[in-house]
Amino acid sequence: MTTTPPVQDWASDFDVLDPDYVADPFPIWDELRPRCPIPHTNRRVSSWLPLRYEDVTAIAHDIEHFSSRKIAVIPITGEEGVEPDPVLPYGLPPISSDPPLHTWTRRLLLPWFSHRRVESYEQMTRDLCNRLLDGFLAEGRADAAADYAQQIPVRVIAHILGVPPELSDTFTGWVRDVLEFADDPVRREEGSTGLINFFVAEVGRRKDEPGHDLLSELLHTEMDGELIDPAVVLGIASLVLIAGVDTTWSAIGSSLWHLATHDEDRKRMVSDPAVWPLAIEELLRAYSPVTMAREVTEDVVYAGCPMAAGDKVLMNFPAANRDPEIFEDADTVVLDRALNRHVAFGSGIHRCAGSNLARMELRVALEEWLRRVPEFHVAEGATVTWAGGQVRGPRSVPVVFR
Amino acid sequence: MRIRVDEEKCQGHARCYGFAPTLFDIDDFGLSRVVGDGTVPTELEGAARLAIANCPEFAIEELSD
Repeated sequence: MTTTPPVQDWASDFDVLDPDYVADPFPIWDELRPRCPIPHTNRRVSSWLPLRYEDVTAIAHDIEHFSSRKIAVIPITGEEGVEPDPVLPYGLPPISSDPPLHTWTRRLLLPWFSHRRVESYEQMTRDLCNRLLDGFLAEGRADAAADYAQQIPVRVIAHILGVPPELSDTFTGWVRDVLEFADDPVRREEGSTGLINFFVAEVGRRKDEPGHDLLSELLHTEMDGELIDPAVVLGIASLVLIAGVDTTWSAIGSSLWHLATHDEDRKRMVSDPAVWPLAIEELLRAYSPVTMAREVTEDVVYAGCPMAAGDKVLMNFPAANRDPEIFEDADTVVLDRALNRHVAFGSGIHRCAGSNLARMELRVALEEWLRRVPEFHVAEGATVTWAGGQVRGPRSVPVVFR
Repeated sequence: MRIRVDEEKCQGHARCYGFAPTLFDIDDFGLSRVVGDGTVPTELEGAARLAIANCPEFAIEELSD
């Protein structure tokens, strides 16, 4: 991991990987919002960081000036090059694309995550949660992030993709290399090579032996009388794994951390089933994990900021969701918050394709944990650690059960 | 009370369905539309107002007639 000098001025030199920012970005956003709502940095690449709900949602809807072709918050080495990647010439559609590629690839993907389809994954998710709980319940302690949250979404995604769940730890390693350790070119390269080579082999195998999984069905789907280019399928499959693991695991981990440190909220969720629908949305608002980048397509002045073609805009959905102009008492978790137009899943045409799945996994993971571990708190003297950048969430939350 | 979903604005967040699953139908691509002509039974008016107030795309509106 490269070491960068400490931040002196957050308005003109922010660093999303600064350790204090990763651990607790909320006071930094609150201090900046009134005096500089769109900070800038030249670290890594010229980037802007909108903090207000109004700006984040307006930029998300302006796909003409803000392209999704480069979405990495931590720029990929060589990303600025003009040559398309020979293995992934279409990138990771639909997330890393604009219309028209975005439109038809998104239509291919969405039915796999429709709310009806997601219902069919619920029982396996619940069984999985209970197997994990069985593994550590008797010990009276666990790492709520590493032993539980981290283990759930990757296995559900493996099921949907039709790849071996036994490889879950390997998948998690690749995804962490690509997202969490993106600033380390060696790890990032290893993760992305491992993941892509794996899917190249899986795609090859399914051409002759299709199953009933997402990969197989996409490979045998015709568009205008022709099979879809396997390179598109490779991009979609890679995206589903990358986007479906770290994100929801972080949301589950943050929520369990919140409940481990806020007894009143934990007790209310245990005793008041009626609050759950609002509470799930509130936890998503307060601990939104995901920031996506956009690339400025042509020089534009937005809200007084001179954005140059090629600059990045880091779409700070987590900060938008803590904007006091929109959310009363924005930094407080109010489980029954009734007005909650949060954008944890983004805004506009790139709304998270897996949002129904993520919401189900978060709900079921919390339901099963609280049913079997209604009382828990962070272990005395234990250190809670966080990861940040593209996806923010806890990596270790050691808790003891009472 | 009558409501409608603006299909141009809806992006499939499915928040409306979470509040009032009997008032909204969501297709395989996530797009929401009102069931029937969008008339809201009296007992569901509160849920319908929550759906309007929580849509991240401001896609649901109450019709004035």
